[in-house]
Amino acid sequence: MEQLLQQVASGLANGAIYACLALALVMIFVSTDHINFAQGELSMFSAYLVWQLMQWGMNFWVALPIVALFSFLIGVMVERVILRPLHGAPVLSIVVVFIGLLAIFHSLAGAIWGHTIKEFPSPFPNIAFAGSGYIGPHQIGMILVTLLLLATLFAFFRFTPLGLAMRAAAQNPASARLAGIRVDWMLALGWGLAAAIGAVAGSLVAPAVYLEPNMMASILLYGFAGALVGGIASPGGAVAGGFIVGVLENLIAYFGNLLERSTGVYVIGNGEKLTVALIIVITVLTLKPSGLFGHVTVRRV
Amino acid sequence: MAALLEVEGLKAYYGQTQALHGVTFALQPGGITTLLGANGAGKTTTLRAICNMVHTQGAIRFAGQRIDGLATEEIVRCGVGHVPEGRGTFTNLSVDENLRVASYTRSDKAAIERDREMVYEYFPILKARLDQQAGTLSGGEQQMLAISRALMLGPRLMLLDEPSFGLAPLIVQEIFRIMRRINGEAKVSMLLVEQNAALALELADNAYVLETGRIVMSGKAQDVKSNEAIRKSYLGY
Repeated sequence: MEQLLQQVASGLANGAIYACLALALVMIFVSTDHINFAQGELSMFSAYLVWQLMQWGMNFWVALPIVALFSFLIGVMVERVILRPLHGAPVLSIVVVFIGLLAIFHSLAGAIWGHTIKEFPSPFPNIAFAGSGYIGPHQIGMILVTLLLLATLFAFFRFTPLGLAMRAAAQNPASARLAGIRVDWMLALGWGLAAAIGAVAGSLVAPAVYLEPNMMASILLYGFAGALVGGIASPGGAVAGGFIVGVLENLIAYFGNLLERSTGVYVIGNGEKLTVALIIVITVLTLKPSGLFGHVTVRRV
Repeated sequence: MAALLEVEGLKAYYGQTQALHGVTFALQPGGITTLLGANGAGKTTTLRAICNMVHTQGAIRFAGQRIDGLATEEIVRCGVGHVPEGRGTFTNLSVDENLRVASYTRSDKAAIERDREMVYEYFPILKARLDQQAGTLSGGEQQMLAISRALMLGPRLMLLDEPSFGLAPLIVQEIFRIMRRINGEAKVSMLLVEQNAALALELADNAYVLETGRIVMSGKAQDVKSNEAIRKSYLGY
């Protein structure tokens, strides 16, 4: 039982990161219908920037907002400079651009900081607390920071005029223009926000997976799975999906281990976690393409 | 009196297809002008062209300023409220949010509040439905919301694209009656595109008749209405 709770708790912690990435993916998807394959590498690059600032003696909690802001600007720039000229281009061209961005940020990080694995100290104090048998301080911190970030974003979109304008622009660009909203800038802002969320996710997960240019590859897949499970067009669904995938992968491994211990037959275990994520993706795409919380978009032709 | 809207030699294209062949007309401030014509005559295209929503050529002046070539959102910010075909409601947003989006570009809080009250007075039903998702409104209510959204921009000119489309005659009558009031009380000039010519001529002061992308006649709504030849050949009633 104790082990089960442990697995759920650490699943929630991982899920928090998947939720962030899923949300970043959805943020770009709802307004442009594109999946940003470079999201993971952008997060990784931001995590390196935080690490660099910390190497120069800066506190993590000072470095993170600075890097998040910087990532926001990078995101806005990517949209304005690289994607804007491709407005109306076929979707495959856009995919190629995303893969190009992925390669650029990947090799840039490798060129600047090297490909060796670096340790990334946890920003959370290593103290014992009630329930610390089940969950570590860094995991708790990850969940709390993620929830805080999500609450802030929710409030931004729900209660501020700019957030409302961004929602309107994503939902119905033509009508948004007729309300005087500068839709192009809203897209750029969406990119900026996605990059900033990614920066937080990357910096939070770095202490757990260590810092290296490949660190986000599998995590992005989990984030992708989370976004699809929840519904790629639904921000709240993506967040829920992220947590679901995080817990599910741990539970499946846990019950696989249990099964092996009782019957001696190895069916599934820790090694197949990523496979599980991919199976989830395929299953959702087959059975319910719009996701658990998504809704089917009907297009008039 | 200087014209509020002047359109000169307006051409519009959908890809290779030319939909307007040099449309010229002018709108005096204050009144309601209707643009009539059969299906495919270019009525909707003319409205879309004014807001730069299609590829256009020609000069468009609003309150003396050239607006052709400006982005749609910038034209809107000049004071052109466009109630588009199909109403353009943000269906997933609440009625309240729809109205708030519409006043996004304005910073004059007191005036926005006044316009809110004005909208509630014209369309009390919207006040009762503030928290409801706009997509769940009835067709008539959505049209009221669409007009209210344009009104919340604080426009000097409203472009209305078939506000009667798909609505029951009684509702249409109510909406047209309120449009007349808005025109008089809120001092908003209107350019109305209608399939239902009889209805539009009843409401409007001036009329233009479009045929295959050209203006073929213009005059006082009264005169157009009483001219049987025009009615028979262009308006079909």
